[in-house]
Amino acid sequence: MAPPAIDAPVLLRLEGITKRFGALTANGDVSLDLRQGEILALLGENGAGKTTLMNILFGHYVADEGQVLVLGSHGALEELEPGSPHAALDAGIGMVHQHFTLAENLSAFDNILLGTEPLSAIKSARLPARKKLDELMERSGLAVNLDTRISNLSVGEKQRVEILKALYRDARVLVLDEPTAVLTPQESETLFATLTKLAGDGLGIIFISHKLAEVMASSHRVAVLRGGRKVADLPTEGSSQRQLAELMVGHEISETVREPGTPGAPLFVLTGVAAGHGRDAISDVSLDLRAGEILGIAGVSGNGQTTLARVISGLETVSAGILMLEGDELGQVSARQMIDIGLARIPEDRHHDGIVGAMTVSENLAIEGIRKPENQRFGMLRFSAMRDRAKDLIEAYDIRCQSEASPARLLSGGNIQKIVLARTLETEPKVVLAAQPSRGLDVGATSDVHKRLLAARARGAGVILISEDLDELMRLSDRIAVIHRGHLSQAEPTEDLDRSKLGLRMAGHDGEEAA
Amino acid sequence: MIEILDILVSENFWAASLRIATPLIFGVIGALICERAGVLNLGIEGIFTAGAMAGWMAVWLGAGLWGGVLVAALAGGLFGLLHAILTVPLGLSQHVSGIGVTLFATSLSYFIYRTALPDVSSPPRIEAFQPLDIPTLSDLPFIGPALFQQTSLTFLALILVLATSYVLYRTPLGLAIQAVGDNPSAVESQGLSVYALRMGAVVVGSSIMALGGAFLTMSAFDAFFFGMVNGRGWICIALTVFASWRPGKALIGALLFGAFDAFQVRLQTEVGSFIPGQVFLMMPYILSIIALIVVARKADYPRALLVPYFRGQR
Repeated sequence: MAPPAIDAPVLLRLEGITKRFGALTANGDVSLDLRQGEILALLGENGAGKTTLMNILFGHYVADEGQVLVLGSHGALEELEPGSPHAALDAGIGMVHQHFTLAENLSAFDNILLGTEPLSAIKSARLPARKKLDELMERSGLAVNLDTRISNLSVGEKQRVEILKALYRDARVLVLDEPTAVLTPQESETLFATLTKLAGDGLGIIFISHKLAEVMASSHRVAVLRGGRKVADLPTEGSSQRQLAELMVGHEISETVREPGTPGAPLFVLTGVAAGHGRDAISDVSLDLRAGEILGIAGVSGNGQTTLARVISGLETVSAGILMLEGDELGQVSARQMIDIGLARIPEDRHHDGIVGAMTVSENLAIEGIRKPENQRFGMLRFSAMRDRAKDLIEAYDIRCQSEASPARLLSGGNIQKIVLARTLETEPKVVLAAQPSRGLDVGATSDVHKRLLAARARGAGVILISEDLDELMRLSDRIAVIHRGHLSQAEPTEDLDRSKLGLRMAGHDGEEAA
Repeated sequence: MIEILDILVSENFWAASLRIATPLIFGVIGALICERAGVLNLGIEGIFTAGAMAGWMAVWLGAGLWGGVLVAALAGGLFGLLHAILTVPLGLSQHVSGIGVTLFATSLSYFIYRTALPDVSSPPRIEAFQPLDIPTLSDLPFIGPALFQQTSLTFLALILVLATSYVLYRTPLGLAIQAVGDNPSAVESQGLSVYALRMGAVVVGSSIMALGGAFLTMSAFDAFFFGMVNGRGWICIALTVFASWRPGKALIGALLFGAFDAFQVRLQTEVGSFIPGQVFLMMPYILSIIALIVVARKADYPRALLVPYFRGQR
């Protein structure tokens, strides 16, 4: 992509921003420039301080040191009043948060107008606003039905409303926090096409991301944050994914590679399964998992994968269909029974369903095998044996915690996931159900998760990998099926698939027609 | 059956329904404004009592009737401010703070009344609001006495319903209040103050609630008694849910409740000889519980109701 002219004026300058939360330094002396017409990617792992930095820019937080300068009307940089979203908006800074800031009970139009008119106004001036918005939508290509209630809009539409909110206020700088986290690949492409167009019209754009592919494809310049400090600031052209990944993590990383495998006999089979109700219901779902393979299930969240995972876990009663393990039909099984016959469950919401936050690391590691003789004797828990075992697992799985006695909730997301992995995979299960196993994890923790799943496959287990991340699915899976509105497509070998085919199916188009 | 029909066609039944509904209209509109902004105000029962006492006492001390109404609103607003400070910037439990405000406002009202009038046996009376005589309308047959012989406060309540409806749905302020009760970060990210909107809504809503109390001592009766609010505030909290937080439906709910209440009094005199009176007294409450069960299951709650907002935390 063509970067903006070198003499384009600087729109925004962060100077020596430092922000501490107690003992933690979220941002240490970060300086950053943004030119007119430039798309800057702010890259970093979770906890690198990207969101904090942008929240300071937008006035949600006040920096302990440093200042934010914005190009003023006189053509010179002026200091922005800290801690005031209002001042940031007035200075032409628009922010699209990762979690949308929209009132669901109002229309798109009302949300855009919110706060743009004096609260003392007797009447809302709708007609001129409408006209301006129609023009904006025309010019930017962001189409939204303005009169629809936000609760009836899709995620992609909500994001367009967020961008329109900023443009309606004549934003000159647009900040997007992990904008593609909730989008399908097609929606993401549309988004970046729009952003490129907006940048061409003179907007300065910062987007936060930890996805290297989109950073490489859609930015002019990359600033990398690590541990709250800026470690690199370089033109995208001429840099490589590998280089950026290493800057982000701070050390060399080894790619996880899937060795070709030889899948064995059918291991776990679902036939015509229906369950759940409402948006997340599934119907007539069939899949066959073989020993020694990873079966990927792609789909935008909210299309039934949660229910499917609950069915496989034994947490949801099926209304039709049968489940078979190694040729034996399973009747109505409980979660307990599923674990006992060899299912490892890596739940989607690891904080909520994966651990008990108030209990210690060692208790959480033992919790699924609490009735086994190594953990209890005559109904009494063997705490010291549990602790010894926990120490081994902490070592083996590199779980970073103060000790095996610290409460699990104090651990980071990646380390919580390692507890889940250690607990479930250590028992050498036959079937591994991994639901969104790397969601929200950084590069290092993700690569750990991937290695563990591949190791389970190499050992001969069957792995069901439910994910929204196409790169992850393509890299790990032997075969991939797509779930859309509760229906699961036939699984196909990964070699026969590509991103755009999968993306279309995730959006509900039939692969053959559209391809 | 004939007796029931007799009740329904009598003009004074309809007049009584509207009269009984009036304090509820004030209460439910006030509660609705608070809850639309995301704050449950269980101080309502005490704020009713405070409004009843303050309004009456102002008039008894020599203020005009409208002066009394203003004093009642001010008293309500002050207790509202207390609740707002505790629940909005401090983010304390709205239930606990609300119950506290009710206990505090009720006791303080009784205390002031007793201190001002240490040794009266029968409560002193004031010259209360009289029914308005509206030319031609009040003289219409049936409709006149049924609907148009009410005091000014009843008409004020009806006007407030319209005004609240307009502000909530047609003005930028109303949109902001709806938004802050649904997703405060939507309001903050558009440069508005969550705290100012919520506190403002609670103070104004509480002032309106207090008018319901003032109606009791300055229009329905002409004196202040202990225990006269008698659960009306709590009924308003239920009616707010019944109304799905909409002013129009709130009016309908209050009128229905008023009608049930007026009906049971009359039915009691007609057939009271063989059914204990308490059964009739229970009727409006049982009916409101049934109505709530039917309506509230699919109620469209303000999503941020009861959820305190702290800046920079998401």
